[in-house]
Amino acid sequence: MLSLLANRFGAMLLTMLCLTLIVFFLVNLEPNLRKLSISQTNMRASDEMIERWLQYNGYREPFLERYGQWLGVIKKQPARDVETGEPKPRFSFCDEPPVPVYSGILQGNLGCSTMFRQPIVERLLPAMQATGILMFWVMATMVPAALVIGILAGMREGTNTDRALSVLSITSTATPEYVSGVVFTVIFASWLGWMTGSAVTATTQGPTFYNFALPVMTMAIYGMGYIARMTRASMAEVMTSQYIRTARLKGLKFHTVVIRHALRNALIAPFTVIMLQFPWLLTGVVIVEVMFRYQGFGWVLVEAAGNNDIDMLLSCSIVSVLVVLSTQMISDIGYAYLNPRIRVR
Amino acid sequence: MEYVGAGQIVLGIFTQLIPVWVSILVVMGLSWKFHKRLSLYGRIYESPAGLIGLFIVFFWLFCALYADFISPFSPLDQFAMLKNKGPGVIEPTSGLVQLLGGDKFGRDVFSRMISGSQIVMVIAPAATMFAFVVGISLGLPAGYYRGKIDSVLSFLANMVLAFPVILLFYLLVTPGIRETALPQAMAGVFFIFPILFFGMLFYSRFRERPQNLIWQLGLVLLIGGWVYVSLVFDADPFGVLSLESNELNIFVAVVFASSPGVFRIVRGLTMDIATRDYVAAAQTRGEIPFYVMLWEILPNARGPLIVDACLRIGYTTILLGTLGYFGLGLVPESPDWGTTIKEGSRLLRLYYHPALPPAFALMSFVLGLNLLADALREQSLKD
Repeated sequence: MLSLLANRFGAMLLTMLCLTLIVFFLVNLEPNLRKLSISQTNMRASDEMIERWLQYNGYREPFLERYGQWLGVIKKQPARDVETGEPKPRFSFCDEPPVPVYSGILQGNLGCSTMFRQPIVERLLPAMQATGILMFWVMATMVPAALVIGILAGMREGTNTDRALSVLSITSTATPEYVSGVVFTVIFASWLGWMTGSAVTATTQGPTFYNFALPVMTMAIYGMGYIARMTRASMAEVMTSQYIRTARLKGLKFHTVVIRHALRNALIAPFTVIMLQFPWLLTGVVIVEVMFRYQGFGWVLVEAAGNNDIDMLLSCSIVSVLVVLSTQMISDIGYAYLNPRIRVR
Repeated sequence: MEYVGAGQIVLGIFTQLIPVWVSILVVMGLSWKFHKRLSLYGRIYESPAGLIGLFIVFFWLFCALYADFISPFSPLDQFAMLKNKGPGVIEPTSGLVQLLGGDKFGRDVFSRMISGSQIVMVIAPAATMFAFVVGISLGLPAGYYRGKIDSVLSFLANMVLAFPVILLFYLLVTPGIRETALPQAMAGVFFIFPILFFGMLFYSRFRERPQNLIWQLGLVLLIGGWVYVSLVFDADPFGVLSLESNELNIFVAVVFASSPGVFRIVRGLTMDIATRDYVAAAQTRGEIPFYVMLWEILPNARGPLIVDACLRIGYTTILLGTLGYFGLGLVPESPDWGTTIKEGSRLLRLYYHPALPPAFALMSFVLGLNLLADALREQSLKD
């Protein structure tokens, strides 16, 4: 078990290193750097000014050296003033010393957001908290609904209930967030007027049913169908097994058999599926937060990407890769733990 | 502004789509008649859900084929007088009806929805096919040889899969990227796989019959090289095939994002099938590894792969919609479904008619593919 964990952890670190290197390469492509320098100086800066800004802010140093600086294994040089050439902090809005220091993610310094004009941590943590609230409510509605649909469909395979619920879950997997968001807004906000079509107030005044139900519903629908399908398949398989037949032949009631005998084994597979849904939810979060203007992680990511906010994009990718890989790990370990056939070995 | 009633709108849409109905009737009627002899495809006709799925998929396929012919307006024509006008509004100069109303520039929503299907029908299946060729070419050796090759390839695949799709697209599909050679370089790598794949396919089978092999390999190189040159370098000597740089960008990003998924499935299937007796028999006969992979394992993995292809085309459609929704890659006036949904959703609280048709179009197409995949899975499990 420990060696498995260590192995997984090593692979995770290597993946993160490779991925951040790729992201670092992409955000430092010449057109992206130009975009950044234009937004940071001013719109009418001459080519010469842009070049000097890039040079004095350290963007012209060798690629690997800069990656090392970001990691924190090479000293980060201070920027120089464009007019005077004097050393000064890289950004006026972040507290960085005007002397060379080791200051990278290894030192716990995620850097400075050029777009939001504040240190990354100050911006990213509240955003992740906001997304956490959204994720919690999505999970709290999606998982129980999906499990109930899956179990009801799978316990009597081939009946009309099964067919109807299967079509329902297939439809939900075919409805991406930007489609269901539009349809739900039209139905619930425009026609019925039950909810507002935006979650702006959820950021400022906290989530209520009125501003939060639409984003949660929109996100839950897309993932629900898939979990329900997996639960159905797993349930249907368990229901055909020998021990269920034995329990039925013993004269136990159908619902006792389902609840006491079948459920426990049928829910192992959906557990892994639910954990593996997190990466998927990450994309959904971006769409839903942009659509309903909710200032969480996804919204920050889109804003940062639109302005080539280098440090913010790197931090966002670290966060998302961490989420994806740790959920994969939990799902693997949880599967081994839940499934007696694997646990014994 | 003058309007026609709801009944006339429905009738108008029905008559506008008559070529589509006729084509579906002919194709599905003929298939129904001979469905006993059509193996897996024929067996879809035995399940009601599969029939519905097939109907929807054919509907959009024929809509895309006849798009220029059945859409009453050009998808880009703007009519200042018809801005945000509701369904059934009559365009005064030509007297034609905008069946589903006009969008914020007065463009015909119905025509744009039909033209949008064309973009989806070209990019989604083609990108999925390329992703499959890449995934199969890498997944077969990984699952067959295992060991180091498998570790390295699996690590790379997991790495791409750990990347949130949306961040990947924001980094890969931007106008800035198109100024660099990166999309072309990636296309250069991806598009070499089909040539390698088909070359190996024929070589492993006919390597002892050189007179057969020569013209087969020549044909592969000729066609593959032609497609390669025209897609990667946009230098088709005949001027038939061409991809705009933004289309190439989207194409490459979609292939990149979905091939690791295919790789994982193929790898798993290969590991499973490699233990079968007929594989051992082929190995004992002294066949080369690529013969075993391509002619013994791959044909026997076709069932799950066909089902996955159906699902994956749907997923690619959703990805394309996401790209359009975020305004990545496609031009702003493009009639594709994602872009039109985005355009429509901006004014959603005032006018909802421009956003709903493309939303339903996208949903129905993906639903059709999912139903089809479900029916195929059920039918292939029967034997």
